[in-house]
Order: sequence, then C-alpha cells, then structure tokens
Amino acid sequence: MKKFTWFVTLVLAFALVLSACGTAATQAPAAKFRVAVVMPSSTTDLAFGQSMYDALVKVQKEMGADKFEFVYSEGMFVVDDAAAAIRDYATQGFDLIIAHGSQYGSSLQEIAPDFPKTSFAWGTTVDTFGQPNIFAYEALSQEGGYVNGVLAATLSKSGVIGVVGPIETGDAKLYIDGFAAGVAATNPDVKVNVNYIGSFSDVALASEAATTHISAGADVLTGSAQMVVGAIGKAEEAKALWFGTQSNQASLAPSIVVASQVYHWEVMLKEMIALIQKGTLGGQSFTANLANGGQVIEFNSGYSLPADAQALADKTIKGIIDGSIKITLP
Amino acid sequence: MISDLFTTTVLIGILASGIRLSTPYLFAAIGETFGQKSGVLNLGVEGQMLLGAFASFYVALTTGNLWLGLLTAMFVGALMGLAMAYVTVNLHAEQGISGIGFYLFGLGMSDLLFQKLMGTVETVKGFPEIYIPGLSDIPGIGKIFFSQNILVYLAYLLVPLAWFVLNKTTLGLKIRSVGENPDAADSLGVNVARIRYFTIILGGTLSGVAGASMSIALLNVFQQNMTSGLGFIAVALVYFGAWSPIGVLGGALLFSFINSLQLWMQVLSIPIPSDIAVMMPYVVTILVLVATVSKVRAPSALSKPFERGD
Repeated sequence: MKKFTWFVTLVLAFALVLSACGTAATQAPAAKFRVAVVMPSSTTDLAFGQSMYDALVKVQKEMGADKFEFVYSEGMFVVDDAAAAIRDYATQGFDLIIAHGSQYGSSLQEIAPDFPKTSFAWGTTVDTFGQPNIFAYEALSQEGGYVNGVLAATLSKSGVIGVVGPIETGDAKLYIDGFAAGVAATNPDVKVNVNYIGSFSDVALASEAATTHISAGADVLTGSAQMVVGAIGKAEEAKALWFGTQSNQASLAPSIVVASQVYHWEVMLKEMIALIQKGTLGGQSFTANLANGGQVIEFNSGYSLPADAQALADKTIKGIIDGSIKITLP
Repeated sequence: MISDLFTTTVLIGILASGIRLSTPYLFAAIGETFGQKSGVLNLGVEGQMLLGAFASFYVALTTGNLWLGLLTAMFVGALMGLAMAYVTVNLHAEQGISGIGFYLFGLGMSDLLFQKLMGTVETVKGFPEIYIPGLSDIPGIGKIFFSQNILVYLAYLLVPLAWFVLNKTTLGLKIRSVGENPDAADSLGVNVARIRYFTIILGGTLSGVAGASMSIALLNVFQQNMTSGLGFIAVALVYFGAWSPIGVLGGALLFSFINSLQLWMQVLSIPIPSDIAVMMPYVVTILVLVATVSKVRAPSALSKPFERGD
C-alpha cells in the first residue's frame, strides 16, 4: 500500500509538471499588453490553432516584444481544463484572454462576469452573450471555400472532387458548403463527394477517406481541420491536387497544393487591442472575410497555375469582395 | 445509391482499406493479448503507440533510415513496457490506474518532443507498397492483399505466430498458467514475475511497432495525439477477440471493414447522416460483443497483482 501511494504521488507529480508546461506564464510590467490564448488543438497543427498562433506572432512583431506579450495553452480538448486555464489567466491579470474554440462558449459566459476588468474573446461565433467584456469573432469560411471550389472545378479532369471533413458543423461545414457551391457554380457536371469522418484528430481515418475518394475517381481533393495532414500525403502519392484551408498547407506537399485559404486573425486582433486600450472591453463581434483581409487566398508558388485559372480566381475573389457574387449555402 | 456499393471498384476499395486500417490494431492488440493472458491489463497502449509513432518518425526523418526508425519505436515501446512491468509487478500498483498514467505520460511526452524537436508537421517517405511479381497482378485479390507495405504483411504474419506461441509452446503454457492461477504456477516453479516482465515488454514493443506502422508506413506524418483513441480500441479488441489472436484478428477486421464501408457509403452519397455513418463500426462491434460474450471468460488473474505467499 505504501508503494502504491508512492506511485500515485509520482503520477501526480508528472501530471503537475506536464500541466505546468502548458500554462506557465511570466510576470511582466503593466505597460505590456498581455494576451493569453486557450485552444483545443496545437499551435503547430497547420490548421485552426496555428492560424491564431501565427496571427499573435505577427501582432507581436508589429507592436514589438516590449509592448506585446502572449502565452498559450494548447491541447485543451477537455472543456473543463480549458475553463480552469481561462480562469487562471484571468486571475493573473492578462489584458485579453482568447478562447479559441466554439466549445468554450458556455464556460466563458460563466467566467467573464467574475472578471469585469478583463477582456475575453471567443470564436468562431457572433455571440457575445450581451456581456460588456466579451468579444466574438468568426470567419466567413464559405468565401474562401467558394474560391477554392471554383478553381477545383476548373482544374479537375476526371470530373470528381473529394472532400474530407471532420464533424458536420461550424467552420468546417461553412468551408465545405462554400466549396461545393463554388464547384456547382463553375461546372454543375463535376461531382463533389463529401466525407465527414466524425473526428478532428483521427489522422488514420482521414487519410483512408482520401484514399477512398481517389479510388472513386477524384483527382482534386480538399479538407478542413487538423487531421487532414495524412490525407494530403495520400493526395500527393496519387498526384491529385489539394486545396487547403485554415492555414497554408503548401509546405506539406509543395507539388500538389494549389491554394490555401488562410485566416489572418491579426486584422481583428489589432482592432480588438485598439478598442481595449481605449476602454471598450467587449460587446462586439468581428468577422474575418476576403473584403477586410481577415481571410486571404494564398497561392502556392511551387504549383504553376494556368494563367486563365489564375484570372478566374482573381475575378471570383473580386466578385465576392464587391458583392457581385452571392454565395448561397444549402 | 445502395447498388453502387456492389461494384468491383468499391468492393476492392473497401477490402483494401479495411486491411490497411486494421494493421495498427493488430500489432497493439496482439501485444496486449500477451499481457492480459499473463494477467496484466495494460491501459497504456495508446501512450506507447504515440511514443513509438514519434520516435520512428523522428529517426526516419533525420536519418532517412526507416528500419532504424522501426527499431527505435520497438526500443521505446519496450522501455515503456519495462517501466509498466516494474510498477505493476514489483510495486504491485493498481494496473488500470498505472496504465492510464503511462498513457498520459506517452501523450504528453510525444507532444513535448514533437514541439521541441520538430515544431511543425512534416512528412517522410515511408515504407513503400511492395510489388510482388505475379501475385500483385491478380485482378482484385492483388490490389487487396498483395499491394501493401511490409508492416501490413508483418502484422498478418504475427497473428498465426502469436497463436502458435500462446497455444503450442511451453512458454505459452507458462504465460497462460500465470494468468489463470499464478499461485499454482509459482508452486510448480514458474517465475511469475519474469513471465509478466516478458509479456509486458513484448506488448510495449508491439505497441511501439503499431505506432510506427502509422507514422512511417501508412500515414507518413506525425501529429500530436495522432492515434486518437486507437490504442484503447485495441484493448477493447482483446476482450472482443476472447483473448485469442485469431479472435483479435476477427475483431480488428470487422471494425476496420465497417469503417471503410462507411467511408464509401458517404462517398457514394448514400443518404444517411454522417454522424450515423461514423457510429456504425462501434455499434456493430458492441452488438457482436453482446451476442458472443457469454461464451468467453477472462484470464482469472487478470489485473490482480501477484504477491508471493511465504
């Protein structure tokens, strides 16, 4: 029994060390603007989590490391853990705490009123719960999805396109519906096969879904969320084209990634910071779209896109920005 | 359309996918079978797989040598097994709890190493599909069975080998007796601790290979938590397979085939909600388990620490 107690102590010590790695924060003089972000996935997922991390790095470069500092807790798939981290950060007096995941909403709704001097932000959503210290942010992912869809329909020779999705909800569903709309508007004869694998983390199943699409005749693929990294590899093996979203995925397979829709959260982050510094701690919602630069289609320079396809993409982006192209979602 | 499911392309696709998907389950669940047969429940499989997946990927990425990567995964898995064996056999720790401890350690450690050593998702050129002259060209069969990578073949060779060792050798007899009645085995001169050390380390080694089969053979990437619960399903498959390598094979294949079937059903636009489709493998597995469970019995000493009476 004594040995058992010793072992439990050891396990707990490990747990403490591991969790401490996640939430360690440094004390800083008050002049610095301090941001903490809590995210389900990781800062290196080439998807949703990384898009926020990259944005914070950019803001820090612009404002300078002496004026802006950020810390993060990643891997917060368990909402209870995330809620605890959010509360910890609030207690430590951070200026802005970002809950980067729509599953954190109800926790934030509970925590925010306890820290009226702290500003909170969460996404993707438009709901600030009517709280004066909660910002909301969302991305119109269907816009980039539409542009990718237009290009995919143009480049597909087999007339079959495969989509690997996580769970049929939120940002992924917006992107995929927009993508399908873009394909349908360009060439209604092209077939879009959609596969939701029911998980944000099952790399094996996502990659098998890609293989399935390829066996079903797809020569162009796309997919949303962080588990698609294996699917991109399968597309590369089969020399099928890939369209990315959430982060620039060209580094994974430089020869087949045509374009990626990338989120530039720094656009809304800068607005948010300006508001906070003037004393507005929340109550507003932000939208990242092609028009305000919160979303950008990044073309992969390693892939030589035919000039007419590039022109069509540019025209589509312009059309969405000026409103002449309306995206109808199912 | 439902009728689209019965074309050769689709059937071949489903079977080939199913064989690939079942590979990591086979390595991990056969390893776990050895442990449980000797009376040790190891819930740390997932953590061992993650560390194996990372170790093999990192070594393959930096040295370009896939076999060295595979060996590293085996070594790392064996080390994890050794630690688990020490904790459960020498310290008599509660097996379920310590297994979860090792899972969390593997999850956190593989993530930490990934962040520090790589920092971003990269790809390697993994074990290629092997072309076997003649066999690979057989229509249908060739695409399903003879166009896979080396680790898939090894996984399938492991099944009869494990069955033979467990049922037809003295070592297998010792393992089973230690799992059924360690006191009796001990009185007959079987070294219970040594047998359990052996099975747990073997289990860890195979879990490491299971991880490597994902990161450097089937998927050729490493991402945090990439096994996403697969190791726990492997533990469940041991129960499903009634502690027999052949049963484990049946369970792994059933689960994987239904998983690849549901992938195809969505691709062929068969009108069922995706949430229902992804549930199918789990529901069918539970139904089969319920239908067959009355006939099997777990090893009597499973999850009971052995303390030698003086």
